[in-house]
Amino acid sequence: MAANEKIMEVRAIENGTVIDHIPSEALFKIISILKLDRDPHRMTFGLNLESKRMGSKAIIKINDRYCLQEEINRIALVAPMAIVNTIQDFKVTEKRSVTVPQHIEGFVRCANPKCITNCEPVTTAFRVIERDGEIALKCRYCEKETRQSQMELIK
Amino acid sequence: MEKRSLISITDLTKEEIVRITELAAYFEAHPYEPLLHGRVIASLFFEPSTRTRLSFESAINRLGARVIGFSDTTNTSVSKGETFHDTIQVISNYCDMIVMRHPVEGAPRYASEISKVPIVNAGDGANQHPSQTLLDLYSIKKTQGTLDGINIMMVGDLKYGRTVHSLLQALSHFDTKFSFVSPPELQMPEEYKSFLREKGLSYTETTEIGDAINRADIVYMTRVQRERFTDPMEYERVKNVYVLRNGMLEGTKENMRILHPLPRVGEISPDVDANPKVYYFQQTENGVYTRMAIISYLLGVKQ
Repeated sequence: MAANEKIMEVRAIENGTVIDHIPSEALFKIISILKLDRDPHRMTFGLNLESKRMGSKAIIKINDRYCLQEEINRIALVAPMAIVNTIQDFKVTEKRSVTVPQHIEGFVRCANPKCITNCEPVTTAFRVIERDGEIALKCRYCEKETRQSQMELIK
Repeated sequence: MEKRSLISITDLTKEEIVRITELAAYFEAHPYEPLLHGRVIASLFFEPSTRTRLSFESAINRLGARVIGFSDTTNTSVSKGETFHDTIQVISNYCDMIVMRHPVEGAPRYASEISKVPIVNAGDGANQHPSQTLLDLYSIKKTQGTLDGINIMMVGDLKYGRTVHSLLQALSHFDTKFSFVSPPELQMPEEYKSFLREKGLSYTETTEIGDAINRADIVYMTRVQRERFTDPMEYERVKNVYVLRNGMLEGTKENMRILHPLPRVGEISPDVDANPKVYYFQQTENGVYTRMAIISYLLGVKQ
């Protein structure tokens, strides 16, 4: 029973989605990317949980809501190692990992203050590239790169 | 015909770049060719740039088209607070093409998504200035006979200089050997160096012009601006290191030519001007033919 209790630090759900292996510092960003702060579903967030693999992790459990792969891929920018579990009748029916999308639109700000997207109401658009083993975003407009550490979400 | 804009040098394939330099040579031989008789081209300069504007407007006039537009925004609806979106949507109804200079980076790309007519980027902040790059390439081809396998030395502000970045991207198609000379603060950014490595192209990096100038086919000078330095003492220390003097040209190759996007301030000593290897003034003339080539290529009257 002791082992089981440890797993159940956050209560199990009957149906819905569990996003696991989130770096603790990425939790609030994911809440914002998936717009969970405006979502009426019952949900539980666990923060600073123990993780053998990551040291400290966060977890999100959303009752009765399922995520499309496209939605999931948006969190790849902040939590590339996350695992998304689909739960039906208390059982994991599907385990999905996130894939970094090739293009992203609209939810990340361009880090260049002189970019048109920061001066006029233009939807941001980026090509996702790799730079020194990290994800970076190349702006469709100003062609500047926004590094992972500079990424700021648009509310 | 499909609308074709020129926003970034990376919008063009190698073949298109070569074709535009060929067309520039054609227009140099035929500098008054009314291929666009009766057409109207808007020249929208949201920030002043007299040379670029006059060079474009000369090219438009030589092609027989008429120019409408503004050279700064003081007397326009922009100063009344109209959005850029609306300005472009309206003006694109008045003309067959828009040539645009804008201080905000990415504005021309955004304009190309709004406008019904092609956009030619005449410079957007520190981002792109493709007609400058194409005229640089035409100048290289004209003086060297080819674009392939050129040894180019780039000197000065390689960090913020958009002309060197675009030129580097364009030359990466042509097996170019690069030599970068700059103060440590103004080195070529890592993203461009890794771009060259990915393409398998070689480059060297030094802080002084030195002997490497004797191997160069093209020396591309740029301005080292005081504003770029956080420490004014550092500027005073380095500013003279990047000045080209006539004596430095003694051992250089016969075919070597000196290019500069102009305006220059002090980075080329006046005693160099009389040297036959100087090419920066002819370079500006090449700009007019190159812009005739760009406009007629995009409008499909000469392809």
